[in-house]
Amino acid sequence: MRKEQNKSAKILKPRPFNVKKIREDFPILKQTINGKPLVYLDNAATSQKPQFVIDAMNHYYMEENSNIHRGVHYLSELATQSYEAARVKIQKHINAKHLEEVIFTRGTTEAINLVAHSFGRFQVKEGDEIIISAMEHHSNIVPWQLLRDEKGIVLRIIPINDRGELFIDKYEKMLNERTKIVSIVHVSNVLGTINPIKQMIEIAHKNGVPVLIDGAQGVPHMKIDVQDLDCDFYAFSGHKMYGPTGVGVYINQIRFDDAIHHEHNLLNYAQETLSSIKGLRIIGTAAQKSSVLSFVLKNIHPHDIGPILDDDGIALRTGHHCAQPVMKCFEVPATARASFAMYNIKEEVDALVKGIHRVIKVFS
Amino acid sequence: MTALRELYQEVILDHNKSPRNYYRMENADRKIDGYNPLCGDHFTLFVKLENDRIKDISFEGAGCAISKASASVMSSAVKGKTISEAEELFHKFHKLMIGEADPMENIESLGKLAAFSGVTEYPARVKCATLAWHTLHTALTTKEHRATTE
Repeated sequence: MRKEQNKSAKILKPRPFNVKKIREDFPILKQTINGKPLVYLDNAATSQKPQFVIDAMNHYYMEENSNIHRGVHYLSELATQSYEAARVKIQKHINAKHLEEVIFTRGTTEAINLVAHSFGRFQVKEGDEIIISAMEHHSNIVPWQLLRDEKGIVLRIIPINDRGELFIDKYEKMLNERTKIVSIVHVSNVLGTINPIKQMIEIAHKNGVPVLIDGAQGVPHMKIDVQDLDCDFYAFSGHKMYGPTGVGVYINQIRFDDAIHHEHNLLNYAQETLSSIKGLRIIGTAAQKSSVLSFVLKNIHPHDIGPILDDDGIALRTGHHCAQPVMKCFEVPATARASFAMYNIKEEVDALVKGIHRVIKVFS
Repeated sequence: MTALRELYQEVILDHNKSPRNYYRMENADRKIDGYNPLCGDHFTLFVKLENDRIKDISFEGAGCAISKASASVMSSAVKGKTISEAEELFHKFHKLMIGEADPMENIESLGKLAAFSGVTEYPARVKCATLAWHTLHTALTTKEHRATTE
C-alpha cells in the first residue's frame, strides 16, 4: 500500500503553470454572478468547457452532424471518422491495450450499469458475493442492489476509517470463493480519498476476481494507465474533464502533470486556510486526496451555506452528493463541497474563505 | 442580495437560532415523523388535542434554517387553534409557497408566516418550508405516522 501511495505522490515536481492563460480558454469563467466574479468550485459535478471544445461541438453540428457507422454518404463518413478518432485519443490517454476496449456510454453511471447487467448478470448465481465500499456514489451501489435483488446475491461493504480511508485488511479478508466482482471508486466524490486501487486490484486478482473501477473523479485529476492498474473495467465521464467531445484533447495540450500539481497545491492551500476557520470541520482527511474538499459548519446546515455563497458568486455543491452511506459514516446530513479544476486559482479559495465567514456571521 | 435577504429574513434567522416549542412531548395524542428524502431533513411533530383544538404542539429533529424556522413559526401559529383553523392556515401557507397568494394581501392572516414569501424565489427550498406543514396536515387528517414531501 505504501509503495503505491508514494508513487501517486511522485507527480509533484514544481514548474510554472500558466493558469491565467488556461482561464482565458474558458469563456464561462469571465462572467459575474450577482455582480461578483464567478468562482466555480463545482468541478466534481461537471467541469467547464474550453472555447475550442465548444467550437468543436459547434463545428460538428454545423458541418459534420450525421449518423455514425451507418450512412455511406460523405457526412456520415466524416462523423464516423471524428467519432473513431476520439476513441483512439481516449485509448492513448488511458493507455488501453486494444482500441475495442474503449466503449462509449452516456456517462459513468450508464457504464457501471452496463457492466452490472451484462457481465455481472452472467457472472453471479444465488449466494455469490459482490464487494463495494462504504464511500461509493449511488451509481456504484444501486446497479449492484438491483442485481442482488434479482439474483439473491450478497453485497459486502468495505468499511472506512474516520479519515475516510478504506480498511484494506478487512477488504482482503472479505474476498472468498463466493466473491464474483469487486467494484470500487477510484477517488471519492465526497471525501476526495484516492483509494489504493492498484493494490486492491492485485488482491482481487489473486483470488481470481474481476474488478470494476468507478473513475468518474479519477480520470480528470490523475494519469490513468489501465494496463498498469490491470483493472478489468474502468468507468469514467467526459463531461468532468472539460469534454463533452474531444475528451482528453485539452489535457494533451498542456503538461497534465503540471495541471495535477497545480490542483494539488490548490487543495493543500484550501485545506490549510479552511481548517483555520473556527467551527469548520473538514470531512475526509485521507493521506492521499484529490481535489475535493467537503466541509460542515457547526450549527449551520449545509443547505444554508449554498445560497449565501451563491450570492457572492461562488458555485459549490451542498447536499449528500449521491453518497448517502458516506454521510451516515460521518454522521452528517450533508456537506458543502468545493471541488477544484486546473483553472481554479488561490484568489478563489480566498473568496470562498471570505464567503464562509459571511455565512457564519449571518447565522450567528 | 435582495433575494437572499428575502430568503433569510430576521424572523427565519431568529426561529432557526432559538426554535419555539422545540422539545419532545410526552403523552402527545399525535406523534408523526416528517421527512424530506431529497435533503434529509427530518422532524418529529407532537400534537396534544382537546376536543377539536390543538391544545399543545412541539417538534424536534434536524434540518436547514428554512425547515427548522418554518416548523417553529408554524407551531407558534397553530397552537390554540381549532383543527379547521389550522387546516385553513396550511392551505394559505401552501398557496403562498407555490406563488398563488400575494403575501401583502394576506399579511394579516399570515402574520409571521409571511416571512417565508422569499422562499418562492428559491424553488429548491419550497419543500424545506412546507415540510412541517405537510406533516401537521397529515397528522390532523389521517392516522399515518409518517409524512414525506415526495
